[in-house]
Amino acid sequence: MEKSILSYLEKSEHEFPDKIAFSDNKYELTYHELANAARSIGSFLIEKIGTRKAVVVYMEKNTRNIAAFMGAAYAGCFYVPLDAQMPMERINIILKTLQPAAVIYDEKTEKFLSLMETECTKVLYDEIYMLPQDKEKLEIARRQMIDTDPLYILFTSGSTGIPKGVIVCHRSVIDYADWVVKTFELNENTVFGNQTPFYFSMSVLDIFATIRSSATLHIIPKMLFSFPVKLLELLKEKEINTIYWVPSALSIVANLGALDVVQLPNLKKILFAGETMPTKQLNIWRRHVPDATYANLFGPTEITDIGVYYVVDRGFSDDEPIPIGVPCDNVDALVVDEHGKSVKECGKIGELLIRGSFLACGYYNNPEKTKEVFIQNPLNNSYPETVYCTGDLVYWNENGELVYASRKDFQIKHMGNRIELGEIENAMSALDGVDMCCCLYNEETDEIVTVYTGNLEVKKLSQLLKKKLPRYMIPNVCYNRKGMPLNMNGKIDRKKLKTDYIK
Amino acid sequence: MEKLIELLKSVRDDVDFSKCTTLVDEGILDSFDIIEIINVIDEEYDIKIPAIEIVPKNFNSAEAILNMIQRLQEE
Repeated sequence: MEKSILSYLEKSEHEFPDKIAFSDNKYELTYHELANAARSIGSFLIEKIGTRKAVVVYMEKNTRNIAAFMGAAYAGCFYVPLDAQMPMERINIILKTLQPAAVIYDEKTEKFLSLMETECTKVLYDEIYMLPQDKEKLEIARRQMIDTDPLYILFTSGSTGIPKGVIVCHRSVIDYADWVVKTFELNENTVFGNQTPFYFSMSVLDIFATIRSSATLHIIPKMLFSFPVKLLELLKEKEINTIYWVPSALSIVANLGALDVVQLPNLKKILFAGETMPTKQLNIWRRHVPDATYANLFGPTEITDIGVYYVVDRGFSDDEPIPIGVPCDNVDALVVDEHGKSVKECGKIGELLIRGSFLACGYYNNPEKTKEVFIQNPLNNSYPETVYCTGDLVYWNENGELVYASRKDFQIKHMGNRIELGEIENAMSALDGVDMCCCLYNEETDEIVTVYTGNLEVKKLSQLLKKKLPRYMIPNVCYNRKGMPLNMNGKIDRKKLKTDYIK
Repeated sequence: MEKLIELLKSVRDDVDFSKCTTLVDEGILDSFDIIEIINVIDEEYDIKIPAIEIVPKNFNSAEAILNMIQRLQEE
Protein backbone atom coordinates (compact mmCIF):
# COMPACT_ATOMS: atom_id res chain seq x y z
CA MET A 1 0.00 0.00 0.00
CA GLU A 2 1.32 3.43 -0.96
CA LYS A 3 0.52 6.20 1.48
CA SER A 4 2.34 9.01 -0.27
CA ILE A 5 2.67 10.11 -3.86
CA LEU A 6 6.42 10.24 -3.17
CA SER A 7 6.57 6.44 -3.39
CA TYR A 8 5.68 6.74 -7.08
CA LEU A 9 8.30 9.41 -7.62
CA GLU A 10 10.96 7.23 -5.97
CA LYS A 11 9.90 4.17 -7.94
CA SER A 12 10.34 6.09 -11.20
CA GLU A 13 13.61 7.51 -9.91
CA HIS A 14 14.82 4.00 -9.10
CA GLU A 15 13.81 2.48 -12.43
CA PHE A 16 14.57 5.40 -14.75
CA PRO A 17 17.02 7.69 -12.93
CA ASP A 18 18.36 9.41 -16.05
CA LYS A 19 15.16 9.64 -18.04
CA ILE A 20 13.78 13.15 -18.57
CA ALA A 21 10.76 13.52 -16.31
CA PHE A 22 9.75 17.12 -16.98
CA SER A 23 11.02 19.66 -19.48
CA ASP A 24 10.20 23.05 -20.96
CA ASN A 25 11.99 25.35 -23.36
CA LYS A 26 14.44 26.42 -20.67
CA TYR A 27 14.86 23.65 -18.10
CA GLU A 28 14.73 19.89 -17.88
CA LEU A 29 14.90 17.49 -14.94
CA THR A 30 15.58 13.75 -14.97
CA TYR A 31 13.77 11.62 -12.41
CA HIS A 32 16.87 11.55 -10.25
CA GLU A 33 17.43 15.31 -10.51
CA LEU A 34 13.78 15.96 -9.74
CA ALA A 35 13.68 13.73 -6.66
CA ASN A 36 17.00 15.09 -5.48
CA ALA A 37 15.97 18.72 -5.79
CA ALA A 38 12.72 17.86 -4.02
CA ARG A 39 14.56 16.21 -1.10
CA SER A 40 16.79 19.30 -0.74
CA ILE A 41 13.79 21.61 -0.76
CA GLY A 42 12.01 19.27 1.66
CA SER A 43 14.94 19.29 4.07
CA PHE A 44 15.01 23.07 4.02
CA LEU A 45 11.27 23.35 4.65
CA ILE A 46 11.27 20.90 7.57
CA GLU A 47 14.06 22.86 9.21
CA LYS A 48 12.54 26.27 8.54
CA ILE A 49 8.78 25.81 8.94
CA GLY A 50 8.09 22.23 10.06
CA THR A 51 5.54 19.80 8.65
CA ARG A 52 1.87 20.05 7.67
CA LYS A 53 2.10 23.70 6.62
CA ALA A 54 1.00 25.56 3.50
CA VAL A 55 3.82 26.25 1.04
CA VAL A 56 3.05 28.71 -1.74
CA VAL A 57 4.90 28.08 -4.99
CA TYR A 58 4.93 31.44 -6.72
CA MET A 59 6.99 30.92 -9.84
CA GLU A 60 6.81 31.22 -13.56
CA LYS A 61 5.33 28.01 -14.95
CA ASN A 62 8.18 25.65 -15.76
CA THR A 63 9.80 22.35 -14.85
CA ARG A 64 11.19 23.62 -11.55
CA ASN A 65 7.69 24.12 -10.13
CA ILE A 66 7.36 20.33 -9.97
CA ALA A 67 10.49 20.05 -7.83
CA ALA A 68 9.08 22.71 -5.50
CA PHE A 69 5.73 20.85 -5.29
CA MET A 70 7.45 17.56 -4.47
CA GLY A 71 9.75 19.37 -2.04
CA ALA A 72 6.72 20.51 -0.07
CA ALA A 73 5.47 16.91 -0.06
CA TYR A 74 8.82 15.63 1.24
CA ALA A 75 8.49 18.03 4.17
CA GLY A 76 5.03 16.66 4.90
CA CYS A 77 3.66 20.03 3.85
CA PHE A 78 1.21 20.85 1.07
CA TYR A 79 1.83 23.08 -1.92
CA VAL A 80 -0.30 25.89 -3.29
CA PRO A 81 0.53 26.97 -6.85
CA LEU A 82 0.12 30.66 -7.63
CA ASP A 83 0.77 31.89 -11.14
CA ALA A 84 3.31 34.58 -11.96
CA GLN A 85 0.58 36.27 -14.03
CA MET A 86 -2.08 36.25 -11.31
CA PRO A 87 -3.19 39.76 -10.30
CA MET A 88 -1.79 40.76 -6.90
CA GLU A 89 -5.23 41.59 -5.55
CA ARG A 90 -6.36 38.00 -6.06
CA ILE A 91 -3.11 36.66 -4.63
CA ASN A 92 -3.62 38.69 -1.48
CA ILE A 93 -7.17 37.44 -1.02
CA ILE A 94 -5.84 33.89 -1.32
CA LEU A 95 -3.01 34.59 1.13
CA LYS A 96 -5.49 35.93 3.65
CA THR A 97 -7.42 32.64 3.61
CA LEU A 98 -4.33 30.50 3.41
CA GLN A 99 -1.94 32.07 5.92
CA PRO A 100 1.01 30.18 4.38
CA ALA A 101 4.18 29.28 6.24
CA ALA A 102 6.48 29.81 3.27
CA VAL A 103 6.62 31.19 -0.26
CA ILE A 104 9.01 29.74 -2.81
CA TYR A 105 9.62 32.31 -5.55
CA ASP A 106 11.88 32.69 -8.56
CA GLU A 107 13.67 35.50 -10.38
CA LYS A 108 10.46 36.26 -12.34
CA THR A 109 8.24 36.80 -9.31
CA GLU A 110 10.85 38.35 -7.02
CA LYS A 111 9.83 41.87 -7.97
CA PHE A 112 6.26 41.32 -6.73
CA LEU A 113 7.22 40.02 -3.29
CA SER A 114 6.97 43.40 -1.59
CA LEU A 115 3.31 43.62 -2.69
CA MET A 116 2.42 40.31 -1.07
CA GLU A 117 0.55 40.68 2.18
CA THR A 118 2.22 37.96 4.20
CA GLU A 119 4.91 37.92 6.84
CA CYS A 120 5.93 34.32 6.19
CA THR A 121 9.31 32.91 5.13
CA LYS A 122 10.13 33.79 1.53
CA VAL A 123 12.83 31.88 -0.24
CA LEU A 124 14.32 31.87 -3.72
CA TYR A 125 14.10 28.51 -5.51
CA ASP A 126 17.73 28.78 -6.65
CA GLU A 127 18.90 29.02 -3.06
CA ILE A 128 17.28 25.81 -1.85
CA TYR A 129 17.20 23.19 -4.58
CA MET A 130 20.86 22.22 -4.09
CA LEU A 131 21.05 22.40 -0.29
CA PRO A 132 22.34 19.35 1.62
CA GLN A 133 19.63 16.81 2.50
CA ASP A 134 18.74 15.87 6.04
CA LYS A 135 17.99 12.16 5.64
CA GLU A 136 16.92 11.66 9.23
CA LYS A 137 14.41 14.50 9.29
CA LEU A 138 13.03 13.49 5.87
CA GLU A 139 12.49 10.00 7.20
CA ILE A 140 10.72 11.17 10.35
CA ALA A 141 8.44 13.43 8.30
CA ARG A 142 7.70 10.50 6.01
CA ARG A 143 6.90 8.15 8.86
CA GLN A 144 4.49 10.64 10.42
CA MET A 145 2.60 11.19 7.18
CA ILE A 146 -0.69 9.41 6.50
CA ASP A 147 -2.45 9.11 3.18
CA THR A 148 -5.26 11.49 4.12
CA ASP A 149 -2.80 14.33 4.74
CA PRO A 150 -3.11 17.14 2.18
CA LEU A 151 -0.84 17.15 -0.85
CA TYR A 152 -1.96 20.46 -2.35
CA ILE A 153 -4.56 23.20 -2.32
CA LEU A 154 -5.92 24.64 -5.55
CA PHE A 155 -7.92 27.85 -5.42
CA THR A 156 -11.09 28.05 -7.52
CA SER A 157 -13.49 30.89 -8.14
CA GLY A 158 -15.95 31.61 -5.30
CA SER A 159 -19.39 33.22 -5.54
CA THR A 160 -18.77 35.72 -2.76
CA GLY A 161 -15.70 36.96 -4.57
CA ILE A 162 -13.42 34.97 -2.31
CA PRO A 163 -11.66 32.10 -4.06
CA LYS A 164 -12.08 28.74 -2.31
CA GLY A 165 -9.06 26.57 -1.54
CA VAL A 166 -9.77 22.94 -2.42
CA ILE A 167 -7.67 20.60 -0.23
CA VAL A 168 -6.70 17.34 -1.90
CA CYS A 169 -4.89 14.56 -0.05
CA HIS A 170 -2.31 12.00 -1.14
CA ARG A 171 -4.89 9.16 -1.20
CA SER A 172 -7.08 10.93 -3.77
CA VAL A 173 -4.14 11.67 -6.05
CA ILE A 174 -2.67 8.16 -5.70
CA ASP A 175 -6.01 6.59 -6.63
CA TYR A 176 -6.61 9.08 -9.40
CA ALA A 177 -3.16 8.58 -10.93
CA ASP A 178 -3.66 4.79 -10.74
CA TRP A 179 -6.95 5.09 -12.57
CA VAL A 180 -5.57 7.36 -15.30
CA VAL A 181 -2.53 5.18 -15.94
CA LYS A 182 -4.57 1.97 -16.07
CA THR A 183 -7.44 3.35 -18.16
CA PHE A 184 -5.33 5.05 -20.80
CA GLU A 185 -2.50 2.50 -20.73
CA LEU A 186 0.24 4.98 -19.94
CA ASN A 187 3.82 3.85 -19.40
CA GLU A 188 7.44 4.96 -19.71
CA ASN A 189 6.93 5.48 -23.46
CA THR A 190 4.22 8.05 -22.82
CA VAL A 191 5.17 11.61 -23.75
CA PHE A 192 2.78 14.28 -22.47
CA GLY A 193 2.38 17.74 -23.98
CA ASN A 194 1.09 19.84 -21.08
CA GLN A 195 -1.21 22.79 -21.74
CA THR A 196 -3.04 23.53 -18.49
CA PRO A 197 -1.65 25.81 -15.76
CA PHE A 198 -0.54 24.20 -12.51
CA TYR A 199 -3.15 26.09 -10.48
CA PHE A 200 -5.83 24.34 -12.55
CA SER A 201 -6.97 20.83 -11.55
CA MET A 202 -6.50 19.34 -15.01
CA SER A 203 -2.73 19.61 -14.58
CA VAL A 204 -3.00 17.06 -11.74
CA LEU A 205 -3.49 14.38 -14.39
CA ASP A 206 -0.48 15.55 -16.38
CA ILE A 207 1.85 15.79 -13.39
CA PHE A 208 0.90 12.70 -11.44
CA ALA A 209 0.14 10.33 -14.32
CA THR A 210 3.63 11.24 -15.57
CA ILE A 211 5.25 10.47 -12.22
CA ARG A 212 3.15 7.32 -11.76
CA SER A 213 4.02 5.84 -15.16
CA SER A 214 7.64 7.11 -15.44
CA ALA A 215 6.56 9.08 -18.49
CA THR A 216 8.04 12.31 -19.83
CA LEU A 217 6.15 15.58 -19.81
CA HIS A 218 6.92 18.63 -21.94
CA ILE A 219 5.48 21.90 -20.76
CA ILE A 220 4.33 23.67 -23.91
CA PRO A 221 4.94 27.45 -23.88
CA LYS A 222 1.60 29.22 -23.55
CA MET A 223 2.29 31.50 -26.49
CA LEU A 224 2.30 28.54 -28.90
CA PHE A 225 -1.42 28.05 -28.33
CA SER A 226 -2.03 31.12 -30.46
CA PHE A 227 0.28 29.85 -33.19
CA PRO A 228 -1.23 26.44 -34.00
CA VAL A 229 1.18 25.41 -36.76
CA LYS A 230 4.16 26.07 -34.49
CA LEU A 231 2.32 24.20 -31.75
CA LEU A 232 1.79 21.10 -33.86
CA GLU A 233 5.37 21.26 -35.09
CA LEU A 234 6.48 21.13 -31.46
CA LEU A 235 4.27 18.10 -30.80
CA LYS A 236 5.93 16.41 -33.74
CA GLU A 237 9.45 17.42 -32.81
CA LYS A 238 9.10 16.24 -29.19
CA GLU A 239 7.27 13.08 -30.29
CA ILE A 240 4.41 13.91 -27.95
CA ASN A 241 1.87 11.09 -28.02
CA THR A 242 -0.56 12.09 -25.25
CA ILE A 243 -2.33 15.40 -24.68
CA TYR A 244 -4.94 16.47 -22.16
CA TRP A 245 -6.09 19.95 -23.15
CA VAL A 246 -9.10 22.18 -22.70
CA PRO A 247 -11.46 22.07 -25.70
CA SER A 248 -10.73 25.76 -26.44
CA ALA A 249 -7.11 24.86 -27.20
CA LEU A 250 -8.13 21.93 -29.39
CA SER A 251 -10.73 24.09 -31.13
CA ILE A 252 -8.29 26.87 -32.00
CA VAL A 253 -6.04 24.31 -33.71
CA ALA A 254 -8.99 22.90 -35.63
CA ASN A 255 -10.53 26.28 -36.50
CA LEU A 256 -7.38 27.85 -37.86
CA GLY A 257 -6.72 24.93 -40.18
CA ALA A 258 -3.43 23.85 -38.64
CA LEU A 259 -4.26 20.15 -38.94
CA ASP A 260 -4.20 20.52 -42.73
CA VAL A 261 -0.62 21.72 -42.55
CA VAL A 262 1.09 19.44 -40.02
CA GLN A 263 0.63 15.69 -39.71
CA LEU A 264 0.80 14.08 -36.30
CA PRO A 265 1.71 10.42 -36.70
CA ASN A 266 2.87 10.08 -33.09
CA LEU A 267 -0.20 11.47 -31.39
CA LYS A 268 -2.19 8.55 -29.97
CA LYS A 269 -4.19 9.85 -27.02
CA ILE A 270 -6.23 13.02 -27.07
CA LEU A 271 -8.04 13.71 -23.81
CA PHE A 272 -10.04 16.78 -22.99
CA ALA A 273 -12.01 18.28 -20.09
CA GLY A 274 -12.80 21.57 -18.45
CA GLU A 275 -15.70 22.63 -20.66
CA THR A 276 -17.95 21.21 -23.34
CA MET A 277 -16.04 19.91 -26.35
CA PRO A 278 -17.75 21.24 -29.47
CA THR A 279 -18.54 18.20 -31.63
CA LYS A 280 -17.75 20.04 -34.86
CA GLN A 281 -14.16 20.64 -33.80
CA LEU A 282 -13.83 17.13 -32.41
CA ASN A 283 -14.87 15.78 -35.79
CA ILE A 284 -12.21 17.88 -37.52
CA TRP A 285 -9.62 16.33 -35.20
CA ARG A 286 -10.95 12.81 -35.77
CA ARG A 287 -10.74 13.23 -39.55
CA HIS A 288 -7.12 14.41 -39.38
CA VAL A 289 -5.86 12.13 -36.60
CA PRO A 290 -8.06 9.07 -37.09
CA ASP A 291 -6.00 6.53 -35.17
CA ALA A 292 -5.91 8.33 -31.83
CA THR A 293 -8.03 7.48 -28.80
CA TYR A 294 -10.28 10.40 -27.86
CA ALA A 295 -11.77 10.75 -24.41
CA ASN A 296 -14.05 13.29 -22.80
CA LEU A 297 -13.24 13.63 -19.09
CA PHE A 298 -15.56 15.30 -16.62
CA GLY A 299 -15.23 16.51 -13.06
CA PRO A 300 -14.44 19.48 -10.81
CA THR A 301 -11.37 20.32 -8.70
CA GLU A 302 -13.29 19.02 -5.67
CA ILE A 303 -12.98 15.42 -6.87
CA THR A 304 -9.25 15.75 -7.69
CA ASP A 305 -9.90 16.12 -11.41
CA ILE A 306 -12.30 13.68 -13.01
CA GLY A 307 -15.11 11.40 -11.86
CA VAL A 308 -16.84 10.51 -15.10
CA TYR A 309 -15.35 9.79 -18.52
CA TYR A 310 -16.27 8.78 -22.01
CA VAL A 311 -13.93 7.16 -24.52
CA VAL A 312 -15.25 8.21 -27.93
CA ASP A 313 -16.33 4.93 -29.52
CA ARG A 314 -18.75 5.98 -32.24
CA GLY A 315 -19.45 8.76 -34.69
CA PHE A 316 -21.31 11.93 -33.74
CA SER A 317 -22.91 14.45 -36.05
CA ASP A 318 -21.80 18.06 -35.52
CA ASP A 319 -24.92 18.96 -33.54
CA GLU A 320 -24.92 15.92 -31.21
CA PRO A 321 -23.44 16.38 -27.73
CA ILE A 322 -20.51 14.17 -26.68
CA PRO A 323 -21.59 12.25 -23.55
CA ILE A 324 -19.59 12.64 -20.35
CA GLY A 325 -19.92 8.89 -19.99
CA VAL A 326 -19.55 6.56 -17.04
CA PRO A 327 -17.96 6.78 -13.58
CA CYS A 328 -14.25 6.04 -13.20
CA ASP A 329 -13.34 2.84 -11.37
CA ASN A 330 -13.94 3.28 -7.64
CA VAL A 331 -16.10 6.37 -8.26
CA ASP A 332 -19.87 6.39 -7.90
CA ALA A 333 -21.94 8.95 -9.78
CA LEU A 334 -25.38 9.61 -8.28
CA VAL A 335 -28.02 11.62 -10.08
CA VAL A 336 -30.61 13.06 -7.72
CA ASP A 337 -33.64 15.30 -8.10
CA GLU A 338 -34.38 18.40 -6.00
CA HIS A 339 -35.78 16.21 -3.21
CA GLY A 340 -32.60 14.15 -2.96
CA LYS A 341 -34.21 11.13 -4.64
CA SER A 342 -32.28 9.01 -7.10
CA VAL A 343 -33.00 9.63 -10.79
CA LYS A 344 -32.71 6.47 -12.86
CA GLU A 345 -34.95 7.20 -15.86
CA CYS A 346 -33.42 8.03 -19.21
CA GLY A 347 -33.41 11.69 -20.14
CA LYS A 348 -34.55 13.01 -16.75
CA ILE A 349 -32.30 15.78 -15.47
CA GLY A 350 -30.86 15.78 -11.97
CA GLU A 351 -27.82 17.01 -10.08
CA LEU A 352 -24.64 14.94 -10.25
CA LEU A 353 -23.25 13.85 -6.86
CA ILE A 354 -19.93 12.03 -6.53
CA ARG A 355 -18.84 9.41 -4.02
CA GLY A 356 -15.38 7.89 -3.72
CA SER A 357 -11.74 8.36 -2.78
CA PHE A 358 -11.17 11.13 -5.36
CA LEU A 359 -13.21 13.46 -3.12
CA ALA A 360 -11.32 16.47 -1.77
CA CYS A 361 -11.11 17.07 1.99
CA GLY A 362 -13.07 20.32 1.70
CA TYR A 363 -12.34 24.05 1.45
CA TYR A 364 -9.44 25.42 3.46
CA ASN A 365 -10.48 27.65 6.36
CA ASN A 366 -14.01 27.70 5.05
CA PRO A 367 -16.31 25.34 7.01
CA GLU A 368 -19.50 27.06 5.76
CA LYS A 369 -18.79 26.52 2.08
CA THR A 370 -17.52 23.01 2.81
CA LYS A 371 -20.78 22.10 4.54
CA GLU A 372 -22.83 23.36 1.61
CA VAL A 373 -21.39 20.98 -0.97
CA PHE A 374 -19.66 18.15 0.88
CA ILE A 375 -22.79 16.63 2.34
CA GLN A 376 -24.13 13.41 3.77
CA ASN A 377 -25.15 11.06 0.95
CA PRO A 378 -28.91 11.74 0.63
CA LEU A 379 -29.43 8.08 -0.35
CA ASN A 380 -27.81 6.77 2.85
CA ASN A 381 -29.07 7.56 6.36
CA SER A 382 -27.40 4.63 8.11
CA TYR A 383 -23.84 5.89 8.60
CA PRO A 384 -21.73 8.95 7.83
CA GLU A 385 -20.79 9.07 4.17
CA THR A 386 -19.79 12.20 2.31
CA VAL A 387 -20.70 12.97 -1.26
CA TYR A 388 -19.76 16.05 -3.27
CA CYS A 389 -22.54 18.02 -4.95
CA THR A 390 -21.10 19.10 -8.29
CA GLY A 391 -23.84 21.63 -9.10
CA ASP A 392 -23.85 20.13 -12.59
CA LEU A 393 -27.14 19.03 -14.07
CA VAL A 394 -26.91 15.81 -16.04
CA TYR A 395 -29.06 12.98 -17.38
CA TRP A 396 -28.63 9.34 -18.41
CA ASN A 397 -29.01 8.54 -22.13
CA GLU A 398 -30.26 5.26 -23.57
CA ASN A 399 -26.70 3.86 -23.74
CA GLY A 400 -26.34 4.18 -19.97
CA GLU A 401 -24.03 7.18 -20.37
CA LEU A 402 -24.30 10.47 -18.55
CA VAL A 403 -24.82 13.61 -20.62
CA TYR A 404 -24.12 17.11 -19.31
CA ALA A 405 -27.03 19.56 -19.36
CA SER A 406 -25.98 22.77 -17.59
CA ARG A 407 -24.79 24.41 -14.38
CA LYS A 408 -27.21 24.53 -11.49
CA ASP A 409 -26.28 28.04 -10.34
CA PHE A 410 -24.60 31.05 -11.86
CA GLN A 411 -21.27 29.41 -11.99
CA ILE A 412 -20.18 29.14 -15.58
CA LYS A 413 -17.54 27.48 -17.70
CA HIS A 414 -15.78 29.96 -19.95
CA MET A 415 -12.79 29.00 -22.10
CA GLY A 416 -12.07 26.06 -19.86
CA ASN A 417 -12.21 27.99 -16.63
CA ARG A 418 -14.82 27.68 -13.96
CA ILE A 419 -16.01 31.13 -13.04
CA GLU A 420 -18.54 32.39 -10.54
CA LEU A 421 -20.12 35.41 -12.15
CA GLY A 422 -20.38 36.78 -8.63
CA GLU A 423 -16.64 37.07 -8.42
CA ILE A 424 -16.52 39.31 -11.48
CA GLU A 425 -19.42 41.37 -10.14
CA ASN A 426 -17.59 41.69 -6.89
CA ALA A 427 -14.46 43.02 -8.56
CA MET A 428 -16.50 45.37 -10.72
CA SER A 429 -18.53 46.82 -7.89
CA ALA A 430 -15.30 47.71 -6.16
CA LEU A 431 -14.33 50.07 -9.01
CA ASP A 432 -14.81 53.81 -8.73
CA GLY A 433 -17.53 54.85 -11.16
CA VAL A 434 -19.41 51.56 -11.06
CA ASP A 435 -22.65 51.86 -9.12
CA MET A 436 -24.47 48.63 -9.78
CA CYS A 437 -23.49 45.78 -11.97
CA CYS A 438 -24.61 42.39 -13.11
CA CYS A 439 -22.73 39.73 -15.06
CA LEU A 440 -24.46 37.35 -17.39
CA TYR A 441 -23.27 34.53 -19.52
CA ASN A 442 -24.21 34.02 -23.13
CA GLU A 443 -23.98 30.27 -23.58
CA GLU A 444 -24.44 30.44 -27.30
CA THR A 445 -21.43 32.65 -27.95
CA ASP A 446 -19.45 31.68 -24.83
CA GLU A 447 -19.27 35.33 -23.81
CA ILE A 448 -19.37 37.01 -20.44
CA VAL A 449 -21.72 39.98 -20.69
CA THR A 450 -21.73 42.68 -18.07
CA VAL A 451 -24.23 45.46 -17.52
CA TYR A 452 -23.52 48.29 -15.14
CA THR A 453 -24.57 51.75 -14.04
CA GLY A 454 -22.22 54.59 -13.11
CA ASN A 455 -20.00 57.09 -14.88
CA LEU A 456 -17.06 54.82 -15.63
CA GLU A 457 -16.32 54.61 -19.35
CA VAL A 458 -16.76 51.20 -20.93
CA LYS A 459 -13.21 51.40 -22.30
CA LYS A 460 -11.77 52.07 -18.86
CA LEU A 461 -13.70 49.24 -17.29
CA SER A 462 -11.85 46.31 -18.82
CA GLN A 463 -8.56 48.12 -18.35
CA LEU A 464 -9.22 48.41 -14.60
CA LEU A 465 -10.58 44.89 -14.33
CA LYS A 466 -7.43 43.45 -15.87
CA LYS A 467 -5.61 44.63 -12.75
CA LYS A 468 -7.98 42.72 -10.51
CA LEU A 469 -8.99 39.56 -12.34
CA PRO A 470 -7.34 36.87 -14.42
CA ARG A 471 -7.67 37.47 -18.12
CA TYR A 472 -10.24 34.75 -18.68
CA MET A 473 -12.64 36.45 -16.26
CA ILE A 474 -12.72 39.79 -18.10
CA PRO A 475 -16.20 40.36 -19.59
CA ASN A 476 -16.30 40.12 -23.38
CA VAL A 477 -19.19 42.55 -23.81
CA CYS A 478 -19.88 45.55 -21.55
CA TYR A 479 -22.98 47.72 -21.45
CA ASN A 480 -23.29 50.94 -19.47
CA ARG A 481 -26.87 51.96 -18.72
CA LYS A 482 -28.72 54.67 -16.80
CA GLY A 483 -30.60 52.60 -14.27
CA MET A 484 -30.74 48.98 -13.21
CA PRO A 485 -34.02 47.02 -13.43
CA LEU A 486 -34.97 45.49 -10.08
CA ASN A 487 -37.28 42.62 -9.29
CA MET A 488 -39.88 42.38 -6.53
CA ASN A 489 -37.32 41.56 -3.88
CA GLY A 490 -35.28 44.57 -4.82
CA LYS A 491 -32.63 42.46 -6.39
CA ILE A 492 -31.18 43.15 -9.78
CA ASP A 493 -33.58 41.64 -12.28
CA ARG A 494 -31.27 39.18 -13.99
CA LYS A 495 -34.07 37.71 -16.06
CA LYS A 496 -34.95 41.05 -17.60
CA LEU A 497 -31.30 41.85 -18.26
CA LYS A 498 -30.91 38.48 -19.88
CA THR A 499 -33.79 39.09 -22.28
CA ASP A 500 -32.55 42.64 -22.97
CA TYR A 501 -28.90 41.84 -23.62
CA ILE A 502 -28.69 38.19 -24.56
CA LYS A 503 -30.70 36.93 -27.46
CA MET B 1 -1.27 51.83 -41.13
CA GLU B 2 -3.33 54.25 -39.04
CA LYS B 3 -6.44 52.16 -39.51
CA LEU B 4 -4.58 49.06 -38.37
CA ILE B 5 -3.13 50.78 -35.31
CA GLU B 6 -6.63 51.94 -34.36
CA LEU B 7 -7.85 48.36 -34.70
CA LEU B 8 -5.02 47.00 -32.62
CA LYS B 9 -5.69 49.63 -29.99
CA SER B 10 -9.26 48.37 -29.75
CA VAL B 11 -7.80 45.03 -28.70
CA ARG B 12 -5.19 46.41 -26.30
CA ASP B 13 -5.16 50.11 -25.53
CA ASP B 14 -2.15 49.89 -23.23
CA VAL B 15 0.35 48.89 -25.91
CA ASP B 16 2.25 51.30 -28.16
CA PHE B 17 1.71 49.51 -31.45
CA SER B 18 3.42 52.23 -33.48
CA LYS B 19 6.77 51.54 -31.83
CA CYS B 20 6.88 48.03 -30.43
CA THR B 21 8.55 45.33 -32.55
CA THR B 22 8.59 42.52 -29.97
CA LEU B 23 4.88 42.07 -29.36
CA VAL B 24 5.16 38.29 -29.32
CA ASP B 25 8.80 37.75 -28.41
CA GLU B 26 8.47 39.67 -25.17
CA GLY B 27 5.06 38.24 -24.41
CA ILE B 28 3.34 41.63 -24.61
CA LEU B 29 0.44 40.08 -26.50
CA ASP B 30 -1.05 36.97 -24.98
CA SER B 31 -2.93 34.21 -26.75
CA PHE B 32 -6.30 35.92 -26.21
CA ASP B 33 -4.96 39.03 -27.95
CA ILE B 34 -3.64 37.12 -30.95
CA ILE B 35 -6.96 35.38 -31.51
CA GLU B 36 -8.76 38.71 -31.13
CA ILE B 37 -6.41 40.36 -33.65
CA ILE B 38 -6.99 37.52 -36.11
CA ASN B 39 -10.73 38.03 -35.69
CA VAL B 40 -10.70 41.82 -36.17
CA ILE B 41 -8.52 41.48 -39.27
CA ASP B 42 -11.00 38.96 -40.61
CA GLU B 43 -13.85 41.39 -39.92
CA GLU B 44 -12.27 44.63 -41.06
CA TYR B 45 -10.20 43.48 -44.02
CA ASP B 46 -12.28 40.44 -44.91
CA ILE B 47 -9.19 38.22 -44.82
CA LYS B 48 -9.03 34.71 -43.46
CA ILE B 49 -5.47 34.33 -42.25
CA PRO B 50 -4.30 30.82 -43.11
CA ALA B 51 -2.73 28.73 -40.33
CA ILE B 52 0.65 28.81 -42.00
CA GLU B 53 0.74 32.62 -41.65
CA ILE B 54 -0.17 32.57 -37.97
CA VAL B 55 3.41 32.54 -36.72
CA PRO B 56 5.15 34.81 -34.21
CA LYS B 57 7.15 36.78 -36.78
CA ASN B 58 3.97 38.00 -38.49
CA PHE B 59 2.65 39.43 -35.23
CA ASN B 60 5.71 41.00 -33.64
CA SER B 61 4.90 44.54 -34.83
CA ALA B 62 2.12 46.50 -36.47
CA GLU B 63 4.31 46.68 -39.55
CA ALA B 64 4.66 42.90 -39.72
CA ILE B 65 0.91 42.51 -39.36
CA LEU B 66 0.32 45.07 -42.12
CA ASN B 67 2.81 43.36 -44.42
CA MET B 68 1.03 40.10 -43.90
CA ILE B 69 -2.37 41.67 -44.61
CA GLN B 70 -1.07 43.28 -47.82
CA ARG B 71 0.53 40.05 -48.93
CA LEU B 72 -2.68 38.14 -48.35
CA GLN B 73 -4.74 40.81 -50.16
CA GLU B 74 -2.56 40.46 -53.24
CA GLU B 75 -2.94 36.69 -53.37
